[in-house]
Amino acid sequence: MLARGTGAAQTGTGANLASQLASVPKTRLRLINATVSRGGAVLLGALPFAAVAAVYLASSAQRLAVNANDKLLPSPAQMWAAFLDLATVPDKRSGDLILWADTYASLVRLFAGVGLATLVALLLGIAIGFIPRVRAFLLPFVTVVCVIPPLALLPILFIALGLGETAKITLIAIGVAPVMVRDIANRVMELPPELVAKAQTFGGNSWTMVLRLVLPQTMPRLITCVRLALGPAWLFLIAAEAIASTEGLGYRIFLVRRYLSMDVILPYVVWITLLAVATDWLLARLSRLVSPWAHPGSGK
Amino acid sequence: MSRIVVHALEKSYGDARVLERVNVTAEPGEFLSLVGASGCGKSTFLRILLGQEQQSGGVVIIGDRPIVPEPTPQRGIVFQRYSVFPHLTALQNLLLVEDFRSGGPFGRVFGARRRTARQEAETMLERVGLAHARDLYPASLSGGMQQRLAIAQTLLGRPQVLLLDEPFGALDPGIRVEMHELLTELWIEHGMTVVMVTHDIGEAFKLGTRVLVFDKVRHDPQFPSAYGATITYDLKLDRKSRASARDVAEVAAMVGTTRLDSAIATTAS
Ligand SMILES: Nc1ncnc2c1ncn2[C@@H]1O[C@H](COP(=O)(O)OP(=O)(O)OP(=O)(O)O)[C@@H](O)[C@H]1O
Ligand SMILES: [Mg+2]
Repeated sequence: MLARGTGAAQTGTGANLASQLASVPKTRLRLINATVSRGGAVLLGALPFAAVAAVYLASSAQRLAVNANDKLLPSPAQMWAAFLDLATVPDKRSGDLILWADTYASLVRLFAGVGLATLVALLLGIAIGFIPRVRAFLLPFVTVVCVIPPLALLPILFIALGLGETAKITLIAIGVAPVMVRDIANRVMELPPELVAKAQTFGGNSWTMVLRLVLPQTMPRLITCVRLALGPAWLFLIAAEAIASTEGLGYRIFLVRRYLSMDVILPYVVWITLLAVATDWLLARLSRLVSPWAHPGSGK
Repeated sequence: MSRIVVHALEKSYGDARVLERVNVTAEPGEFLSLVGASGCGKSTFLRILLGQEQQSGGVVIIGDRPIVPEPTPQRGIVFQRYSVFPHLTALQNLLLVEDFRSGGPFGRVFGARRRTARQEAETMLERVGLAHARDLYPASLSGGMQQRLAIAQTLLGRPQVLLLDEPFGALDPGIRVEMHELLTELWIEHGMTVVMVTHDIGEAFKLGTRVLVFDKVRHDPQFPSAYGATITYDLKLDRKSRASARDVAEVAAMVGTTRLDSAIATTAS
């Protein structure tokens, strides 16, 4: 039996095997199994961007050909000029470089609001998720607060806190914190009870278990939470700035809307998108740095 | 090290009764092997001994007083699943034991104590054959390696009572025998009382000084969960004279195992 198998293998070597290998049938794989090469992925990913750009360029050129003063779809050159103007020429009245002043004001609000929400989410989320008494006390409340539309609170915030920074930062924090609190609490409640029991058999108490078990295991989720919260945070920021502000990216867009200045609005939207993408990328990097265990197969 | 007395223990989940009238006394240093059909409540019994779950009736005394209803360093456990901390490397997993035990409010020991702890941890890693994996996260260890790490971790805690829930289920036969030897060695060294749940009858007879079978004695065909399991068989073994093949066969029949030959072979190994 064994001997025959070996003999067959020996006669089947060389050219025979090579020809067999060469004729591996090229079947069509199922859609879910057909992977994309790295270069192919880059190409495919770039396609939608190229398509949108092409449609825009064509429409813009067409409209400008009909009416050179058309403001609706400015050409790339017009937009670049307007953008450069805002970025490099000091404003006549205030002497500020408008783009950078707007960006700074908006980012400070955004990060203050999201930072506050993150801190609250971490403290409350862990307390609710880990300590049954706190859960009984606060979970129903947080669950209800979650469903209040934050924008409906905006007038109340402006009345109660004035039109200054506090109201805007509070809106962002209130807007994103409840969902983050619930998410973190859920994550903590999902910790395998086996691990919590084991930590106690080593002599862990509630506090040291928070430090050594809950906190590190919640970190990746917290960062994911922040990444997801940044979308709504931008929404609340722009809404608040549109209504009551004297600077900021959202304020600028709504200000120049009156003059139909698409050549400013469009670059600002692209700029906001770039800022959002960069923040998201940095947070993804941070997660890998802080919790390498949660990202197996990435680096090292 | 510690005597375990279980008296009239009962456990129900709602209407479903899992354990009833469980009575057993384990002398200090005994090694109890627990076998029984799947789903009969062996893990539940261990979780009650651990303090992770509370009984519906009866008492559990470990040492000289009833156990507090939460896990403590008196009892160590090796679970079948989720057995190590995924956010720590193999070495850090072992250091965590000392960190929790005497790390104070930071949950971390420093200086000379950390160096001692690290040395102890590295020796232990070597003993369970994981020295080469000291800086790997559990996600990149095989199931068997994770389980060895879990056993090492629990043993570092030096519990008076060691609870094992199918600790070797995920290991291949060669490693399993090595782990048997390691466990026996450490058991003799520390003299703790061990309660081990296993599906492997041979393992139960090989390691235990006593084999207990959990089974239901009463059945209600209309309502299968009306009655719980209890201890139906309790055999003290003499470590020096091997268990007789007849005993093994008898227990195997009770548990309904089909792999009698391998059970007898393991016992003899
Ligand atoms: N939290 C729970 N709620 C309700 N029923 C439960 C719970 N935990 C266990 N049970 C039930 O208790 C019974 C015993 O479960 P247990 O896990 O103790 O069995 P086991 O003997 O360890 O089984 P196995 O050998 O398969 O591990 C099962 O029927 C299970 O459905
Ligand atoms: Mg079980």
